[in-house]
Amino acid sequence: MNETPHRTPQEIVDLYKAEFGAGIHDARITERGEGVQKTKGYNIWIRLDRNLLKPAIKKLMDIRFPHLAVIAGNDLGTEIELLYIFSVFYGTKFGEYMVTIGIRLPKTDLTVPTITDLIPGALISEREKQEFFGITVTGIPDGRRLFLPDDFPQGVYPWRKDETGIKPEMVRELWAIDRPKDRPVPPVPEKPVPEKKPVEEVPAAEGKEKKTGGAPE
Amino acid sequence: MNGDTTKKSTPYTVPIGPVHPALKEPVMFTFQMEGEVVKSVDFAPGNAHRGIEWMGMRRNPVQIVHLTDRICGICGIVHSLSFARAVEQIAEIEVPPRADYIRTILHELERMQSHLLWAGVAAHELGFDSLLFLSWRVREQSMDLIENLTGNRVNYGIVQIGGVRRDISDDQRPIIEQGLAYYRGLLDQMKTVFLDDSTIRSRCRDHGVLTYRDAQLLCAVGPTARASGVALDVRHDYPYCAYGDLDVHPVLPPQEFGGPKGDVYDRIIVRLLEIAQSIEIIQQCLDNMPTGEILWEKKLPKLLLTLKKAQGEAIGRVEAPRGECMHYVRMDGNDAPASWKVKASTYSNLMSWIPMLKGEQLADIPIIVASIDPCMSCTDRVSVIRDGGSPGYLTKEELTRLSIEKTRRIEQCH
Repeated sequence: MNETPHRTPQEIVDLYKAEFGAGIHDARITERGEGVQKTKGYNIWIRLDRNLLKPAIKKLMDIRFPHLAVIAGNDLGTEIELLYIFSVFYGTKFGEYMVTIGIRLPKTDLTVPTITDLIPGALISEREKQEFFGITVTGIPDGRRLFLPDDFPQGVYPWRKDETGIKPEMVRELWAIDRPKDRPVPPVPEKPVPEKKPVEEVPAAEGKEKKTGGAPE
Repeated sequence: MNGDTTKKSTPYTVPIGPVHPALKEPVMFTFQMEGEVVKSVDFAPGNAHRGIEWMGMRRNPVQIVHLTDRICGICGIVHSLSFARAVEQIAEIEVPPRADYIRTILHELERMQSHLLWAGVAAHELGFDSLLFLSWRVREQSMDLIENLTGNRVNYGIVQIGGVRRDISDDQRPIIEQGLAYYRGLLDQMKTVFLDDSTIRSRCRDHGVLTYRDAQLLCAVGPTARASGVALDVRHDYPYCAYGDLDVHPVLPPQEFGGPKGDVYDRIIVRLLEIAQSIEIIQQCLDNMPTGEILWEKKLPKLLLTLKKAQGEAIGRVEAPRGECMHYVRMDGNDAPASWKVKASTYSNLMSWIPMLKGEQLADIPIIVASIDPCMSCTDRVSVIRDGGSPGYLTKEELTRLSIEKTRRIEQCH
């Protein structure tokens, strides 16, 4: 299956531009080479109209069945940007590209259709975006919370940067928290016996170069 | 957990967790059982969610690198490497080639110790505790190497934005090579004890099957996907660090063992073969190690100033022992990144549990759950509710005992 031709990053961008035309707001390719030979890896970034999300993903599936890494998001002030991060052409030696499809949702209408009918594995990421960004995924087969506990307050979305984000009173600075007052004070160990210990350690360190031990995980 | 755990008729609801039957990782399972057979599976992670991304969005990248070291206790380098690679792309920082090679060596050492750790856990779940002890004894060599190179067994603190913080000296090379020789001599033995044992084969062959199609649709990654025949390995597909210079191929279950079936046995094979692959990768890196600097910029204030000016977004991804690990970072000219999304490998593999566990027996749950090498966090008891009675509690020990008893029954048949 999936024996579609391999394409260059520019060809993929051209395919999108031909199909969606003015619906594409921004399309660019970034590259990066590391190591000695600096073999290039390519990332494709496509940002388009929100109603083109599912056609754009279907298009990618026609090019080659992609792997969905995750749905990431940005709070841009008046809008939430969702980035569907895929990779295509895995299994090809250094021929895989990341393809990121981005849409923007105004905070007045934070709904996005589910893509689990196309890629069932997107469910985890969609559930996470619902609870962390406060968006609504329409048609999601399972809309329960994923990572946040049941007693986490409703209407608070940890990755938002507006008034619905984590409130200052919810943050407890670890350094400011003293020991609990309602528990017995732990026994404070006696001061270690001085002088004897270093004398013991020195010959051991000399005799054996490699130190064994160390704290177990 | 759903509220209907007191349902009277079959299927029985068996909650397992939030502490875990297999690894010391918390995840809540709810199984619908008909007799001994799993009919449906539901799970709820999140019991170890620490809000690290939220913390990161209030810190500068150099601080976050040390935070990423602590995302996982076993994968000490993959998160810091993914994050550093994303930030380096945004700030257009060129990493010296020598640092790329050192990153690769540690990356592979980490894969070896992680797979050996997993092999021990798998042996324990199957009831072979002497094999657990042997695997973990053997693992110590790679831990010693990591300690020798970084100074730590966990939380290595080796990756810095723009390179690594410690070089590999000429004195350390023979130590690494000794370690590699040690593992080369052991591989055949490990293959024999894990793969030629008829009991392990009966417990693992055709159990916990994930088909090729399901692996694709459910976005599985790493050994879990490769055992199902999906040739997906970031090291082979997408050049990063020194892998662009090397010849790495995704390890699929070979024909001699019956080709990819996507079962627990195939996942054991893939991990064992990957240990052999890692040895060769480290050897190649040592042989071709370039000379030169290990950091793009040693002076932290200068590095921080560059990072503060950086604007843009990037994806850093690496092949962690469990599969693709990916960080998305967006910076907008402030100290802290505007967005940071961490996608660990188990995040992608969670959904695979559902087809794997369906139709399996209660006693097979531990090894199947462990077979994706889940990375979440700790175990203690399981409650089983049958016929609407008061919950009977199954401790982790009892569930493991069920698994061990099944192994003994199979052993008696041979």
